[in-house]
Amino acid sequence: MAPLLEIKDLCLDYGAVRALNSVSLKVEENEIVTVLGANGAGKTSLLKAISGLIRPSKGSIQFRGEDLSRIQAFSLAGRGIAHVPEGRRVFSTLSVQENLTLGRYGVRALRKKADLDNLEERVYALFPILKERRSQLAGTLSGGEQQMLAIGRALVSSPSLLLLDEPSLGLAPIIVQEIFSLIKKIHKEEKIAILLVEQNARKALKAASRAYILELGKIVVSGDSADLAQDPRVQAAYLGAKAC
Amino acid sequence: MSRPVFFDKGKKVSTFFEQLVNGLTVGSFYALVALGYSMVYGVMKLINFAHGDLFALGAYLGYSLLTGATGKITASMGLWGGIGFTALLVALSVALAGVLVERIAYRPVYPSGRLSLVVSALGMAIFIQNAIMAIWGSRPRAFPASVVPSLRFSLFGIPVTLLQVTILGISFALMLIIWLIVEKSNFGAAVRASALDRETATLLGIDVRKVIFFVFALGPGLGGVAGLMNGLYYRAISFNMGWNYGLKAFTATILGGIGNIPGAMLGGLILGVVESLLAGYVSGAWKDVFVFILLIAVLIFRPTGLLGEKTAEKV
Ligand SMILES: Nc1ncnc2c1ncn2[C@@H]1O[C@H](COP(=O)(O)OP(=O)(O)O)[C@@H](O)[C@H]1O
Ligand SMILES: [Mg+2]
Repeated sequence: MAPLLEIKDLCLDYGAVRALNSVSLKVEENEIVTVLGANGAGKTSLLKAISGLIRPSKGSIQFRGEDLSRIQAFSLAGRGIAHVPEGRRVFSTLSVQENLTLGRYGVRALRKKADLDNLEERVYALFPILKERRSQLAGTLSGGEQQMLAIGRALVSSPSLLLLDEPSLGLAPIIVQEIFSLIKKIHKEEKIAILLVEQNARKALKAASRAYILELGKIVVSGDSADLAQDPRVQAAYLGAKAC
Repeated sequence: MSRPVFFDKGKKVSTFFEQLVNGLTVGSFYALVALGYSMVYGVMKLINFAHGDLFALGAYLGYSLLTGATGKITASMGLWGGIGFTALLVALSVALAGVLVERIAYRPVYPSGRLSLVVSALGMAIFIQNAIMAIWGSRPRAFPASVVPSLRFSLFGIPVTLLQVTILGISFALMLIIWLIVEKSNFGAAVRASALDRETATLLGIDVRKVIFFVFALGPGLGGVAGLMNGLYYRAISFNMGWNYGLKAFTATILGGIGNIPGAMLGGLILGVVESLLAGYVSGAWKDVFVFILLIAVLIFRPTGLLGEKTAEKV
């Protein structure tokens, strides 16, 4: 069977700047895959290309065997791709509930309302703090809570592929721990595939089954997470003795 | 107009209510036009300077429809039916004009930044104003008495015209509908989300192009109807009326908080009433001066406007 997501020879340019250079990767159904890379490696560009926010200059992106290059970005939510952007991007002047309701916008005509209501209840069960704060403005939540809301807002569309852009960015270590446990829990309970891009290599390698390492827009190493965690090159560059 | 007289003590109490009704009527024109500025600004972060001239276009289209072909519309549908049908046609045509303005003047220059957009918006305003002058001439036109309902009566002791009551009724109904769409419907939530963060809205499945189409059709559509009602109310229309009304409505938008839908409505009504009371009790010649002092005061002391305080930015 074809993989859920398959990217082949993807190149992406911002004018003269090449952000992705011949990137190939795949994500199987119900699998956590991580893409690790330093700041500026091209992680965000990769996710934006998958979501259709930026058009690649070369290469192909296939989702369930369908070529995404001609699909409008807004219609990907309805196809089962949910993207949690870098920096959370919750609608700060809307309430927690309004944010979650917007999360199902792309699928409101495609799924049964009762199923979506059910899913919302499961999301609230995953993040009980959101339920407590459902009528509070999203901008007044803490960073960790905003990240939970951003993930929850993506989950309520019942995606089969969840794209997570540095969910640990700017959060205290204890909150990072919590977010990673939640990602694993979501994967287990909701049975969805997750493509996680991260700088926090240690945590991401633990959560994912496979990993790719992106340097200056190119995939330099890939393989099973457990193997990569032992790889001396990876250890030197991403799991340095003093890394968090 | 004689020299400015401050604090004229000869006015009666009933004058106050008359001025109030006049003020609300003018204020509802401002409010409807302000809604268009505010919706477009909210989603596009762009001040559609052509909006006032689309209001004028509405007045002129309404004039031609009601008087053209020797009043065929009113002849076959009756006065009120004719006005209603005309309002519908005006709303649709000005909505179409609004969408065309976006396509022609704004869409090609989005990538070139804010300043280019402002220049393009001003260019479009001048273009529409001149197009109106080229088509209808530079001398003011007057709606003939035969197409304007003239019934007067007394409501709770306040002398009003049927036209005033109708204008207020229609304006408030339109404002209520817009408020319900924006605040309570699914699509309204999509509009608000697009106003806050277009990229994220897209990721959630919102077609932002539809939202843009919506604001550029609805805003001018409302403005066009306001233009028609304004023409019926004052009877005289001129090709450059969009400038003055545009500026007033823009003041109302700032007063209520730009980008804020209830704010635009409130700002318009307050401005109309304040202006009318100033004209009635102080001096008509000074009212515009006060309006702009008000604008400057709001910009200095409360730049987010009366209702524009709902921010909870936290990074
Ligand atoms: N909008 C943009 N315009 C120009 N260059 C960009 C833009 N966004 C990202 N880049 C460049 O593309 C490269 C990859 O950026 P990005 O995908 O954001 O990396 P990461 O998410 O891994 O930090 C960087 O060199 C960055 O400077
Ligand atoms: Mg990034």
